[in-house]
Amino acid sequence: MWQRFAPALPANPWNWIAVWRRNFLVWRKVALASILGNLAEPMSSLFGLGFGLGMIIGGVEGTSYISFLAAGMVATSAMVSATFETIYAAYARMQTNCTWEAVLCTPLTLGDIVLGEVAWAASKALLAGTAITIVAVALGYAEWSSIPYALPAIALTGVTFASLAMVVSALAPSHDYFIFYQSLILTPMMYLSGTIFPMSQLPGPFQRIAAFLPLTHSVDLIRPAMLGRPVDSVGLHVGALCIYAAFPFLVSAALLRQRLMR
Amino acid sequence: MSTAAVDIFEVSKSYNDRVVVDALSFTVSPGECFGLLGPNGAGKSTLARLILGVASPDAGKICVLGEPVPARARLARRGIGVVPQFDNLDLQLTVRENLLVFGRYFAMSATEVKAVTPSLLEFARLENKADARVAELSGGMKRRLTLARALINDPQLLVLDEPTTGLDPHGRHLIWERLRSLLGRGKTILLTTHFMEEAERLCDRLCVLEHGRKIAEGRPHALIEQQIGCQVIEIYGGNPHELLPLVKPQVQRAEVSGETLFCYVTDPEQVRLRLANRTDLRLLQRPPNLEDVFLRLTGREMKD
Repeated sequence: MWQRFAPALPANPWNWIAVWRRNFLVWRKVALASILGNLAEPMSSLFGLGFGLGMIIGGVEGTSYISFLAAGMVATSAMVSATFETIYAAYARMQTNCTWEAVLCTPLTLGDIVLGEVAWAASKALLAGTAITIVAVALGYAEWSSIPYALPAIALTGVTFASLAMVVSALAPSHDYFIFYQSLILTPMMYLSGTIFPMSQLPGPFQRIAAFLPLTHSVDLIRPAMLGRPVDSVGLHVGALCIYAAFPFLVSAALLRQRLMR
Repeated sequence: MSTAAVDIFEVSKSYNDRVVVDALSFTVSPGECFGLLGPNGAGKSTLARLILGVASPDAGKICVLGEPVPARARLARRGIGVVPQFDNLDLQLTVRENLLVFGRYFAMSATEVKAVTPSLLEFARLENKADARVAELSGGMKRRLTLARALINDPQLLVLDEPTTGLDPHGRHLIWERLRSLLGRGKTILLTTHFMEEAERLCDRLCVLEHGRKIAEGRPHALIEQQIGCQVIEIYGGNPHELLPLVKPQVQRAEVSGETLFCYVTDPEQVRLRLANRTDLRLLQRPPNLEDVFLRLTGREMKD
């Protein structure tokens, strides 16, 4: 039993770094374009919705709407960047470019590859989330002191959504299927998780569903940190995100073993 | 524990009830070039995957470089270099960066990779292309880079899956020459190919596969001697089916393939005399080769 699944698990705690560094080396060549591309959407949402709706809405939960929205955009951009890196870029490395196939012929295991890819996608999420946090801080929508608390939460959000997206990548017969994950899972989750408006505005049953969503836990960690408020139930939110990261990681590794090592 | 570089015993593998490798056994000794020869779909690439531990056999035992595979495939792969059937280089990276990235998978430091890079580039005749992006290289150069990349860990065993498919004759000869120099350095090579010429030139021993089964095994020249053992005359230009009864008494064996009649003969003059008045025909007399063996064993017409 163990021998069957050993190839799907990381062989040791450091092998994944070689995969991460490969992706970093490739990314470095297009870094500027990649950063601009990743930030344009959350920034335009932040300013568009923040200023536009902010004028109508005024304050939300004791702060300006744009400050409220900034934390939501940080969590959302971490989710989107980790997801897109995994379902498009990592999927292409697995399916189209056969990069993984080359790595499978080395002492690395499939588990090392998957861990390296998840860590890489989380790094890109951290970069996107941090950039928006810095812009928010610079414009006075968040506290400078919030950055050290927000960064680990952004990184954990990245790992969680990279892991979840890896399951989608492992199952998708082609990249045409990713649109379902985006439109049926991610977009509704964004509206349910209190990123754009407070969860208290949702009807009761939806609030109960939302409480289980990973993005809700991210927002509950990131928003108080950014607004310089105490974070409630840190352990619960971190624990929930860790479960959402670890379980899909194992599931995706097992599915990918079925797919690639038949 | 086996002293063979590769030891395959009664290995079977099926995909969706289709048997791809069927109770196959062979061993590859250290330092030899062993060829797996067969048409597309014979199970060659699947065997390569089984040997690397990337796929698991349904039955049988595999031992590579003294390690049981797939159980300890990861350890075996430390000593293996792989040239896959289709290049999977990082196109966005330069030649040098491709070697660096691959070295890291073998836990090599940047300094260690830098130390071996010049000799690998020289081996691959890519000294002037070190900083070119892989996307800019020709097919032959990419193939040689893939071969250089496979040598980054100084492997004992090289697994080459159709290393020259898609190359022009010049590129192919260059790869063959490079492979021979590796054999000279004591490397063991396991080569899959459907090029008879490649198998005949490079391999010390071969195993001919069809539908995942071994249909012959031995040294190329011994196989040719055993299976054919006489001269071959190829006859073009006429209707081969009409010519067949004409030459039949003079030949040991004759076969039609497409518009060509292949005659296996101990006394070629007899056939020439018989067809002397047929000026419309073209006769090509040659020594037998591995292709004749292969086609004799698997049937003249390519089935795929």
